[in-house]
Amino acid sequence: MNNILAITYKELKSYFASPIAYVVIGLYALVYGYYFYAAVRFFERQSMQMAGLGVGAPSVNINEQLIRPVFQYSMVVFLIVLPMITMRTYSEEKRSGTMELLLTAPITDFQIIMGKFLGAMGLYASMLGVTVVHMALLYWVSTPEWMPIVTSYLGLLLMGGCFMAVGLLISSLTKNQIVAVVATFAVFMMLWMINWIAQFMSPTSQAVLNYLSITGHLEDFMGGVIDTKHVVYYLSFIAFGLFLTARSVDVERWRG
Amino acid sequence: MIEVQHLTKHYGPVTAVQDVSFKAERGEILGFLGPNGAGKTTTMRIITGYMPPTDGKALVAGYDVLEQPLEAKRRTGYLPEMPPLYPDMTVGDYLMFCARIKGVPRGERANRVKTTMDRTRIADVATRQCAKLSKGYRQRVGLAQALLHNPDVLILDEPTAGLDPKQIIETRRLIKELGGEHTVILSTHILPEVSQTCQRVVIINKGRVVAVDTPENLTSRLQGAGSLYIEVDSMGAEAKDTLSSIPGVTGVSVSERRGSTIGYEVATAADRDVRRELASTVVGRGWGLLELRPMRMSLEEIFLSLTTEETEAPTAAAEAAHE
Repeated sequence: MNNILAITYKELKSYFASPIAYVVIGLYALVYGYYFYAAVRFFERQSMQMAGLGVGAPSVNINEQLIRPVFQYSMVVFLIVLPMITMRTYSEEKRSGTMELLLTAPITDFQIIMGKFLGAMGLYASMLGVTVVHMALLYWVSTPEWMPIVTSYLGLLLMGGCFMAVGLLISSLTKNQIVAVVATFAVFMMLWMINWIAQFMSPTSQAVLNYLSITGHLEDFMGGVIDTKHVVYYLSFIAFGLFLTARSVDVERWRG
Repeated sequence: MIEVQHLTKHYGPVTAVQDVSFKAERGEILGFLGPNGAGKTTTMRIITGYMPPTDGKALVAGYDVLEQPLEAKRRTGYLPEMPPLYPDMTVGDYLMFCARIKGVPRGERANRVKTTMDRTRIADVATRQCAKLSKGYRQRVGLAQALLHNPDVLILDEPTAGLDPKQIIETRRLIKELGGEHTVILSTHILPEVSQTCQRVVIINKGRVVAVDTPENLTSRLQGAGSLYIEVDSMGAEAKDTLSSIPGVTGVSVSERRGSTIGYEVATAADRDVRRELASTVVGRGWGLLELRPMRMSLEEIFLSLTTEETEAPTAAAEAAHE
């Protein structure tokens, strides 16, 4: 465990020693903040209109009509930003020769991978941390239900974990960071869109595609429900991704 | 301390190392000599556990690097050809990180990092970013990293590459100090480095070991029958015949001629030292004796003869190596 944390600490340190962490978190905060502002203004107008209709009009729900869309949007931003977190995890080590340091130190491949995974998750979590501020602002002016917010964060963390696992795998396959970031981005997009054609397919393929969709499993979390089915999906996705990364590092060793 | 048995490594169709075997005892400094692409780095990477061999095995302190990698790696310090530095980290942070993953206990880390920095003379750059270091400092930080956990075995891949002459001398001195308590394998293609620092040399070419011996033995073995160089002045025409008639001399040939000065190469029987007779003959005749020295094959020449052509000598040397 100490070895895993040593790697995690090193990863976080190098994210924050280089511009990567600041660019990623800063730009995310900017884009997300702008969207949040727009969403709040839109929601405000909707509430006014509903109030204008007088007694008997359907009431607005801040959780369903503001918070949920905001989370869904942030998921899309993560699709674009997360490849930049994982792109250098392995590529950079291979390019600068530090892979030799890690692979000849008395630590296991698994510890290296877990350390890197947790480091990337740490940076991702601090990005999510930025959005907590926005949610807190909502409590100042309204009283949203807290359960869907907590489960949404849990869901986003799990989904981000899947993206990180894929990103690590792709980074372990190449020395070139540009290749890593572009390939990771393409795979993320596919994982996001994979069930968009489901409605035109046979019921079986529809079920399969829906199950594969990495973002589809987020819906229940956004609605405030923690379903074991989705937790299992995300955790096994992460485990499989990290397992393939371990194999990829091993293959690299044998090939030399 | 280090035992390499019949190591073979293929990269796809390319054979990098073929049936390499050698041993290094505790406290020994072993030179690993060979032209570029001979398989030095591959062999070192296998010993450090960076990559597995296709066949054969490597043992460090009795631990098989493939079967018990953690035990073996705990006892190994490795300086790769390119020092493995993190450009964003400061030297101090970098060494602290290395100490941590190499299993130096928490309480000792700071102290160990400090003493290692003093030993490799990098304390003055402790707060500098690795990316901003000169080549000499990078190399020494890499060396510090290899020494941190006080390993039994040190594997140094061209430790003096890219250093200036003063740094080279300092680094060689440090390596010599390290021998004795650590077993050191150092690869190089700089030959004087081997004769200056190493007790034994493994010469490797095209993935095969062509010779294992001390630098002195290698020199004398390839020497075969001894030969002498003698330079004389103002001698008579019969000089060559006179020299040839000395008992023990098997052949005389002119190797250099400068005005009235002539340099002869004198071949002698293997077990006879004819220097005294040679000198007294020349002086007795009233000629000027300007120079008399044994003609040693330099390590360079041995190296070239071992790695460029298949003469009888290397084969004999290689056979001797396997004993």
